[in-house]
Amino acid sequence: MADKPIQGEKKVFMTGNEVVAWAALAAGAEIMYGYPITPQNEIMHYWTRLAPKYGRKFLQTEDEISAGFTTVGGVLAGRKAFTATAGPGNTLMQEAMSMAEMMRIPTVLVVTQRGGPSTATVIYSQQEVTMTCYGGNGEGLRIVYSTASHQELFDYTIKAFNTAWKYRFPTFILGDGYQSKMRESLTIYDPEAKGIELIPAEAYVGKSGIPGIDRDPAHLRNTYNLEDELYEVVKGHVAAYQRVAPEIVEYKEYDTDDAEIIVVAHGVVSRAAQGAIKVLRQEGIKAGHFRPVTLRPFPVEQLRKKADKVQKLLIVESAEGQLKRLVTDALYGITTPIETLLKPGEGVTVEEIVEKVRKLD
Amino acid sequence: MGAGINPQMPRSWRTDTKPHKFCPGCGHGLVLKALGQAIDELDIQGKVVFGCDIGCSLLAWDFFNVDTVQTHHGRTTPVLVGIKRANPELIGIAYMGDGGGYAIGSQHLVNAAARNDKVTVILVNNTNYGMTGGQMAPTTLPGQKTETTPYGRDVEEAGYPTKGPEMVAAIAHEGAYVARGSIANLRQLKKFIKRALENQIAGNGFSFVEALSACPTNWRTNAAETWAFVEDQMGKYFPIGEFKVPGEKKEG
Ligand SMILES: Cc1ncc(C[n+]2csc(CCOP(=O)(O)OP(=O)(O)O)c2C)c(N)n1
Ligand code: SF4
Repeated sequence: MADKPIQGEKKVFMTGNEVVAWAALAAGAEIMYGYPITPQNEIMHYWTRLAPKYGRKFLQTEDEISAGFTTVGGVLAGRKAFTATAGPGNTLMQEAMSMAEMMRIPTVLVVTQRGGPSTATVIYSQQEVTMTCYGGNGEGLRIVYSTASHQELFDYTIKAFNTAWKYRFPTFILGDGYQSKMRESLTIYDPEAKGIELIPAEAYVGKSGIPGIDRDPAHLRNTYNLEDELYEVVKGHVAAYQRVAPEIVEYKEYDTDDAEIIVVAHGVVSRAAQGAIKVLRQEGIKAGHFRPVTLRPFPVEQLRKKADKVQKLLIVESAEGQLKRLVTDALYGITTPIETLLKPGEGVTVEEIVEKVRKLD
Repeated sequence: MGAGINPQMPRSWRTDTKPHKFCPGCGHGLVLKALGQAIDELDIQGKVVFGCDIGCSLLAWDFFNVDTVQTHHGRTTPVLVGIKRANPELIGIAYMGDGGGYAIGSQHLVNAAARNDKVTVILVNNTNYGMTGGQMAPTTLPGQKTETTPYGRDVEEAGYPTKGPEMVAAIAHEGAYVARGSIANLRQLKKFIKRALENQIAGNGFSFVEALSACPTNWRTNAAETWAFVEDQMGKYFPIGEFKVPGEKKEG
């Protein structure tokens, strides 16, 4: 049995789902629990082909509720466990992710967004932003990376396991159907050969020794009898989240230094925004682009600093204002006018953004 | 509590969380006693992971000196399946009520049984939803009054009671162990639970024990009526015994 799925570095041309399977292997994921839904299916297909060669495991569950909870179980047993889903599956999985939030369980969930609400389309969308960031009953104490390319799918899937285990909050890769299905070139690598240290997993239950004799038993619960008890627990989690958020937050900027108008977009839509900025700059329009990479925690301070200095913000997304809600919340009190280009369930082109910005001017 | 005078608590019980939080006369305490004794006799305290559901079973979250995880309503089976798949060395016990196992979590029970997952599920059948205040459960008997069947369960309207072990035995595979015991015969219940655990330890397959139990609070019964209900009414509808035993010998 080969011990390292990837030796050194390798240039490849792959679909996004294949990239995720390789990244999870490289990150040391030990078991995947999954339930079929398009467009994430091939993550399971590649995983089930690759995993046995590296001593990793898989369980196909009866539904996403079970996939979410078996993933929670795998993590409690001290394994790097993960799952993947989309759309209505994401809806079902929020129940388990809410338990992960309550118990600080480092689950990793790859979401390949598809159209919504409900079953909608199987293809593409950015409509799972709200659910992924704030789904489940609770305060949304999660980490959500929104990827824009296959290279990022690889990089951030590896990172997600580290982030999850370091901070112990449920961690999400928010991809989409385009990323799942299209082929792109990227470099896959063994993270350790690159100096990326893989944070080890640790068991919550089943540690050595007899509970009550050699050690205290692990008594984990998500139900509390008293309001005050719950208040203390949630306040503690919120404080921990706020403390680590500055270390976790990631964002990218393109030509924002002298920008008069800033396009805010995430995920693959960011690529259209980058293209549009180039065209607009050639026309002499001072446009820039701000891209939150983490949607939770959101780069609030970083965006505020920019937004305060520009004349206008344009929010572009393949959803009807889910990113916008994060932005307006972050910019509360700032008076810069906000325009939108909202296309729920549809992709956004460079031309559309260019056109929209021209009209704003 | 004077040892030797009062019956001893199982060794695997956590004494500083006793007395427990169940209502007086509740069957949960008895089922957990049988489970505690089985854990003691098999000497597996260091390997057990105990999972409890929402419902009165959640009151057992700190009941034992064993690692415990209390999860969502109906999801105890998949959490334990996830643990067991990730670490087959552990002995996973999923403990739940009839609502948790036969209503909200039924697909998990059915599929864990069909997959022959090597976990042990112990399901407490008290013919109602205890914690939420005595509504109808999948196991409520025909004619039985509950908060949501105030005139008695009408099977035309509300369907028939779920016969869990019968169902599980029908879909389970070679290697599975399936039984129904009762708090009215604790020795036998303990034996069934023990066999269910041994079956998991041997790596044979899925193990399932339903325990007929009492909920005097919601039934609004006194001691004599409670006991009569468990033994006569429930016992008549839900036969006691072993439904599936790997290899040979059945009892009941
Ligand atoms: C998803 C969800 N739905 C409903 C509830 C409310 N609820 C709490 S306990 C319970 C019933 C428990 O009954 P049972 O499983 O039979 O266990 P018992 O309390 O009788 O031991 C319900 C419906 C919940 N906690 N979660
Ligand atoms: S409500 Fe019923 S099942 Fe729940 S603790 Fe009380 S007697 Fe037991």
